[in-house]
Amino acid sequence: MEHAVQAAVSILFDGIAYSMVLFVMAVGLSVTMGLMGVINLAHGAFAMAGGYLTVTFLGNLGLPFLPGLVLAVLAVGAASIPIEHTLYVRIYNRPHLDQVLLTIGVTLMAIAVATYAYGPSPLSIKLPAFLETQVGVFGRDFPAYRAFIIGVGVLAFLALWAGFERTMLGAKIRAAVDNRAMAEAAGVNTTRLFTLTFALGSALAALGGALAVDLVGLTPRFALQYLVLVLIVVSIGGFGTIMGAFAASLMIGVIDNAGRYLYPEGSAFFIYLVVILVLVVRPGGLFGRA
Amino acid sequence: MRKRSTSWIMPLALLAIGAGAPQAAADTVKVGVILPFSGMAADVAQSELRAMKLYYKLHKAELGGNDITLIERDSKEPSGATAQTLTRELVVQDKVDMLVGYQFSPDAIASAPFITQAKKLAILVNAQSSYIPKLSPYIVRLSASSWQITYPMGPYAVDKLGCKTAIVGYTDFAPGRDVAAAFKAGYEKAGGKLVDSIAMGGPAQVPDFTPYLQRIKDEKPNCVYIFTPAASFNAALARTWRDQKLAEAGIRFLGTGDVTQDSVLPQLGDNAIGWITGGHYTADLNTPENKKFVAAWYKEYGDKVKPDFFTVQGYDAMAAVFHVVKTLKGKIDADKAVAALKGWKVNSPRGPIMIDAETRDIIQNIYVQKVVKKGDSLGIEVIDTIPAVKDPCKELGVGNCGAGSPAKK
Repeated sequence: MEHAVQAAVSILFDGIAYSMVLFVMAVGLSVTMGLMGVINLAHGAFAMAGGYLTVTFLGNLGLPFLPGLVLAVLAVGAASIPIEHTLYVRIYNRPHLDQVLLTIGVTLMAIAVATYAYGPSPLSIKLPAFLETQVGVFGRDFPAYRAFIIGVGVLAFLALWAGFERTMLGAKIRAAVDNRAMAEAAGVNTTRLFTLTFALGSALAALGGALAVDLVGLTPRFALQYLVLVLIVVSIGGFGTIMGAFAASLMIGVIDNAGRYLYPEGSAFFIYLVVILVLVVRPGGLFGRA
Repeated sequence: MRKRSTSWIMPLALLAIGAGAPQAAADTVKVGVILPFSGMAADVAQSELRAMKLYYKLHKAELGGNDITLIERDSKEPSGATAQTLTRELVVQDKVDMLVGYQFSPDAIASAPFITQAKKLAILVNAQSSYIPKLSPYIVRLSASSWQITYPMGPYAVDKLGCKTAIVGYTDFAPGRDVAAAFKAGYEKAGGKLVDSIAMGGPAQVPDFTPYLQRIKDEKPNCVYIFTPAASFNAALARTWRDQKLAEAGIRFLGTGDVTQDSVLPQLGDNAIGWITGGHYTADLNTPENKKFVAAWYKEYGDKVKPDFFTVQGYDAMAAVFHVVKTLKGKIDADKAVAALKGWKVNSPRGPIMIDAETRDIIQNIYVQKVVKKGDSLGIEVIDTIPAVKDPCKELGVGNCGAGSPAKK
């Protein structure tokens, strides 16, 4: 019995830490897809860029962990603005197939650039001492870094939720997600809104990528490897909802973790079962509009 | 050389392509090289090819007037389909005398029927799935088999490392399941108690290893034996191993030599110190042959990348090509070539190796390797040698070599 409780604590804690990485990576995509209707398969490439920049800032330039992380996130967010202006503006009103072709092309190019610049071998970061300790949760010891990830994830969720629900900008974004033409008619500058949201989404992707480096390592294939998981979170959470992305991440992360712990042979199977069940019952996602 | 005295075109054509005057016995043996030069194993393929070229450079004088030319083809993805197409092309269009390569097991498995049909010697540079040499009488393996590496570590773990209980963890695809079966067989035969066998996600993406290692930690075995397919997996595994404090929990890490592949060992970081693996080569092997090989490698390609077991597999594959060319004096016939290789012995950088006359598979030492700190970086200390290991899969007729094997005819 005691063993079962301990196992449950492990599954929950590790699962939630994993969920938070998924959430941070996926929420940007959820909002941009909901707002702009763009299927942005290059989202994983922005996450990868965040990871590589963090490695550069920490490893090569020797910055401390937190400033390096923040700088990498800001850099990717800033760099995404010209990319949005030159590439993405052209596909907002194009069919989905065109969007998929362009963004998957961007992803493949990003993978090639990363391979050229950093090589195909896995890279890692050196965590600061305060994140290499252990913390006790309900009688079990966990790596402090996982607790840090949970903290970052929850903070990101609260900030985004408050921003969307309680500020003018958030209201404009919600209005544009609901009905873009009507929002424009009411005087919302959706072009600028798109750029801003895109940059925010890319920066969040970069944060997710940077946080994931110590969990799963970083290779150029990162840009594609975790895209499926991120798309799953977006689709079962529903487009354009912070709450949906959060709930979906928790669900996928914890169930995936439990599956891998309890029944490793079938570990890849559980999350797909969840996806099928959720989408059969609610085709628009948990918090989406069907 | 066939000549028609009435034709004036032939000499002219020969002149035009620079063949010059026909010389007595000088034959150029065409060797088709099929390796994944692009894709996720590009580094490995390049290392193998470089080793082949290094061997050629160091031993060219031994060919005695004959020569060898390599025709390189990129087999890209591990599906086997591209390798099979390339095998056909090399034989039919380029008229190669023999084939060398096959990184992934599916590459060799898919090409085997055509190799038999075309009667061409095929030397495996990797493709470690145990039963592959049974698929064609013209396949000779110079790498290793997954059972050969894994099975002897079972008894070793019980007898020498005191692993009364153990768990095997593997990446869930064909080679991983092969390793898991081999460890279980060897370990249980020696009287060890295998507590659990854990599939640790598929090969497509590096998983978060936490739930698997947590499960292992909760089951409290003496030892774990782990196989994962690539450096990216092993680096993540090493970090999670540190995070979850398994070493502190008194659990001993054992694994296949893949985990401590020399060229990527530094990427595991200090987290991997104390890990023990069983493999057929490490660049830190302390023998005159190996020291000579490693020095020649660094001299030729610089000291940025350490050679590893893949490198030496390429090197020995070329040694086998040389042996065939020398024995047959440049006139390659597949049956005679296979006969020449059966029972062939050589002192490789990895130690004494021999091609088993019966199975056409390699017999070699398995080294028990321990990860230690060497200066600023990590290195391998060979703590024991299990001599002259024959592939136990074919030897015992178990696993995918037994009844019901795909290779059963």
